[in-house]
Amino acid sequence: MEYFIQQLINGLTLGSIYGLIAIGYTMVYGIIGMINFAHGDVFMIGSFIALTAFLLLTSLFGPAFLPVVLVLVLIITMLFCVAWGWSIEKIAYRPLRGSFRLAPLITAIGISIVLQNFVQISQGARVKPLPPQIQGGVTLMEGATGVVQLSWMHMIIIATTVVLMTGFSLLISRTSLGRAQRACEQDRKMAALLGIDVDRTISLTFVMGAALAAVAGFMFLLRYGVIDFYIGFLAGIKAFTAAVLGGIGSLPGAMLGGLLIGLIETFWSGYFPIEYKDVATFSILVVLLIFLPSGLLGKPEVEKV
Amino acid sequence: MATASNIRPGPTRAASLEQGAFVWSVALADAAKAAALAGILGFFFIGMKTDIAGDGLVLSYRWAALGHAVLIVFLGRLLLDALLGKAAPVTTQMLTAGIFIAGIAGIMTQDATGGSLPARALVGAVLGGLIVAVLYGVALWRRRPAPARAEATRQARFAIPIGIALVLLALTLPFLITTFLPGQQRQFIDLAILILTYVMLGWGLNIVVGLAGLLDLGYVAFYAVGAYSFALLSTCFPFIGFWSALPLAGMLAGMWGLVLGFPVLRLRGDYLAIVTLAFGEIIRVVLLNWVDFTNGPNGISGVPKPTFFGLEFSRGEGGFADFFGLEFSTIHRFIYLYYIILALAFLTNFVTLRLRKLPIGRAWEALREDEIACRALGINTTNTKLTAFGIGAMFGGLAGAFFATRQGFVSPESFTFMESAIILAIVVLGGLGSQMGVVIAATVMIGGIEMLRHISFVGQIFPGVDPVQYRMIIFGLAMVAIMIWKPRGFISRRNPSAVLKERKSIGADLVSQGEGH
Amino acid sequence: MTTPLNSPAQRWLDTPLLSVEHLTMRFGGIVAVDDLSFQVGRGDITALIGPNGAGKTTVFNCLTGFYKPSEGRIVMRHGPGPHDAALAAAHSGGLRHSKDGDSGVFLLERMPDFEIPRQAGVARTFQNIRLFGGMTVLENLLVAQHNGLMVASGYTLGGILGLPGYRRAEKKAIDRAVYWLEQTALLDRADDPAGDLSYGAQRRLEIARAMCTGPKLLCLDEPAAGLNPRESAELNRLIRTIRDEHGTSVLLIEHDMGVVMEISDHVVVLDYGVKIADGSAETVRNDPKVIAAYLGVEDEAEAEDIVEGVAS
Ligand SMILES: Nc1ncnc2c1ncn2[C@@H]1O[C@H](COP(=O)(O)OP(=O)(O)OP(=O)(O)O)[C@@H](O)[C@H]1O
Ligand SMILES: [Mg+2]
Repeated sequence: MEYFIQQLINGLTLGSIYGLIAIGYTMVYGIIGMINFAHGDVFMIGSFIALTAFLLLTSLFGPAFLPVVLVLVLIITMLFCVAWGWSIEKIAYRPLRGSFRLAPLITAIGISIVLQNFVQISQGARVKPLPPQIQGGVTLMEGATGVVQLSWMHMIIIATTVVLMTGFSLLISRTSLGRAQRACEQDRKMAALLGIDVDRTISLTFVMGAALAAVAGFMFLLRYGVIDFYIGFLAGIKAFTAAVLGGIGSLPGAMLGGLLIGLIETFWSGYFPIEYKDVATFSILVVLLIFLPSGLLGKPEVEKV
Repeated sequence: MATASNIRPGPTRAASLEQGAFVWSVALADAAKAAALAGILGFFFIGMKTDIAGDGLVLSYRWAALGHAVLIVFLGRLLLDALLGKAAPVTTQMLTAGIFIAGIAGIMTQDATGGSLPARALVGAVLGGLIVAVLYGVALWRRRPAPARAEATRQARFAIPIGIALVLLALTLPFLITTFLPGQQRQFIDLAILILTYVMLGWGLNIVVGLAGLLDLGYVAFYAVGAYSFALLSTCFPFIGFWSALPLAGMLAGMWGLVLGFPVLRLRGDYLAIVTLAFGEIIRVVLLNWVDFTNGPNGISGVPKPTFFGLEFSRGEGGFADFFGLEFSTIHRFIYLYYIILALAFLTNFVTLRLRKLPIGRAWEALREDEIACRALGINTTNTKLTAFGIGAMFGGLAGAFFATRQGFVSPESFTFMESAIILAIVVLGGLGSQMGVVIAATVMIGGIEMLRHISFVGQIFPGVDPVQYRMIIFGLAMVAIMIWKPRGFISRRNPSAVLKERKSIGADLVSQGEGH
Repeated sequence: MTTPLNSPAQRWLDTPLLSVEHLTMRFGGIVAVDDLSFQVGRGDITALIGPNGAGKTTVFNCLTGFYKPSEGRIVMRHGPGPHDAALAAAHSGGLRHSKDGDSGVFLLERMPDFEIPRQAGVARTFQNIRLFGGMTVLENLLVAQHNGLMVASGYTLGGILGLPGYRRAEKKAIDRAVYWLEQTALLDRADDPAGDLSYGAQRRLEIARAMCTGPKLLCLDEPAAGLNPRESAELNRLIRTIRDEHGTSVLLIEHDMGVVMEISDHVVVLDYGVKIADGSAETVRNDPKVIAAYLGVEDEAEAEDIVEGVAS
């Protein structure tokens, strides 16, 4: 029982990270109907920026100001990651706006290759370990079979995710940017005719996705403490799976999908052979898509004849 | 349905830059912006580096490298503006090119000149001037008015002679290489084999993506199934022999194509893409972890080499060289491998070209154009998709079997998503559905990248990094650049499969890219 | 709702090719088609008319298997006669169809969409044209003959080996395509991509393509939409040729009353998914309910006035 609850907490934490990445996929897909394959690598870039910025700031301020440093690192990571997201969109996707369907998919794959190899070359291929910075927590339960620990780290991750999600939902539902975004999702040409700056809206979508991926990268670094240039690939695929599972185009769906994927993965690892956890995730995706092709919260696609 | 497929491609970057004249102040501001952005993007990656030291991480700084990168971006952006903006006068183009080259040369000669700035500037200026003078000459020569002819007729007119020339070249290539490049014959034949393997894979995937319009991101799964089937068959049952194991491996992969295809083919567009990707990963993870069967991450070694009618390519009695009274040379085996993959590739091409002219091939293309209309004409779309999937998988499996015998070793590492991505990139860059396009794309991307091994100046940006590692970055950048330059790939026109009076190729803007949207 | 039985040629009652029985189609809360019954007579040109959103296209989609009706039965009959016995047997036996040589009955609501053109001989065109835009006109017509050619190519194997049987079949298929290209005045566009044709030509090509499947019933969804008067007249001729020379019955959705009145033998009128009139063109034209539905008039008396206005 304790083990189960502990896995539940771990799963929710991992799921929060997947969910944050998944939002980037789902928003971009919603607005331009494209799988942004490089998004997982933006997450990886984020985790590297977080690592380097953390080292830089601790070398400047010393270890005494850890909370301040962490907040600063988060902000820096988001800002720099936003620059990455913006540049990628500008270089690789904007020139192909309204072009053939597969062209942006290929440039996305190209960018993904570039990012991975760029980081590999500039930062080295070896795994970067960061010792745990935030330790301790509260013990929720102590039983015969073990303890249930809710660490500060878990709380920070889950709380940040909740705050971000809330803010984000408000942003999408209340602001004119959100309205413009939804208009572009519905009909880009019409939105342009009505005076919405479509390019800017799409750019901002990428930027927001990158900011959330940066947060995810930051939290991933703190929680798991090891990163390398390749983490973006698997995390990206899982997050994309999450987005599809939740119903692509739907923000709550992405979060829900992320949580589910995180839970599936941790529970599988907890109770079954851990090597097959990815098989479990992907198999569930396949089965779900076959029987529920529009995901959990997606709008069912009507075949208009 | 009636949205994106009806939207004609908008102006691409090049086109939008063409408008307006080249203005130095604007171009400089542009370049400054790009350079600033490069500074921001590179700040944490080029400017700093984390290294493991002891039990922690240490940070080191590389501000010079960051400066170089910013400079290159500044000059590069200026050059790009001058080159892509048609309104820029040739002198401006040449000037920016000269400055760009001078900058790169200055950076490259950092070590040779001992870091002295005036010396580097001088070297840069001289080199830049020289190269630009040559470029200028070329530009003047190209200015002579060429007879304008529509791209369409040009492509159509030269297609057959070029095809014949390529076939002849492919048939004689090993002998050309051994004659003209005896020193590097092994290396070049190996490269030719590699390119042909990708050509074959590209042709196989072209059936699925290019003809039937089904986006398959897990094609490497069938490559893996073919390779492992072949490896297991030929190591567990050595009596089967190469030429029986090969088709068996192809058939097994084809069957896997049908088995995996059946449940998922009702999915549309991107959902199909993600599910195929998932299948690809599932198969790789299973290969990695099912140690009893596949020997896990260690892979299967000792996969037998192909034999020539029972003759092995070995030294001494009873070998190929001995039998034919030739002097033994390891190159014989490579030449033989070359001809095997060439034959397999030709088979793939022949079958695909035939299928295109048969009802099944037309149904594939019709499916890509409009699935609902297909159903209204009585076409069983599930079966049609399945055949495309199965046949594509079969060719992937054959290529996999060849891969296994060439390497003598298979392991899950060779079958990552990146491999699927590269094959898909070859198909799309070549031009969906175009057989010749696949050849061009495979040659440019795989061959060109191999050639980059020998370019060393990039190594100067990050001291101590092997230039080979830059290959993949350049590969990725080339993918982006080619797509922006030619969003429909190198060969974008479609050849009709049946002609009444006059063969007219069809422009890409009319041809759909498959389901979804 | 039936018109008096004494009018002269009511083929749709005597020898129905298709009968739609109590068809209902619901989308969530919307009832797009509500308990609709009508018959299509063998050799008739039948028009299905009604204001926008009346549910006409939905009826077509049910006929051709793209939608599974919520309720009701759709029967297609091959060979003369009502086939009542075969129909009852198939219906209660849970069969999709029962065939006996050239005659047979087909329960369309039970059949998957791609079987309907192949087995039951129902072909259709689409309101928003669905051609294979990147394929040539000729290729479009060859795709329409897929099933026959597939058999002739020995399910591809014979074709790959280049057996002569397939060559002959392909030759015949091209001849058939050429015949329909002549009928639709598209012969000189045969090698052009379908997406390059003008709107009117695309509409004709879609009809030619449907005819290449060799249908017993051709369903046309607004074939005259967007055509100029000359093209519209040509279309009328084409539809007549199809019926007169090929024995193919035609069911068409049309807003252009000129076309409807000129060529239809039988008109069925829908409004909000409900049938409001059914009879010869003449009877329907003078039905005040129809006019009210079309002009959105509440009061039937007012509609009568309008009818008189139209008539004079
Ligand atoms: N797949 C669907 N899902 C939900 N509602 C649908 C669907 N198809 C049709 N409808 C609804 O059914 C009603 C009838 O539509 P239908 O297209 O059949 O009308 P129509 O008579 O063909 O109109 P028009 O003359 O404009 O073509 C409409 O209200 C439409 O919105
Ligand atoms: Mg309609």
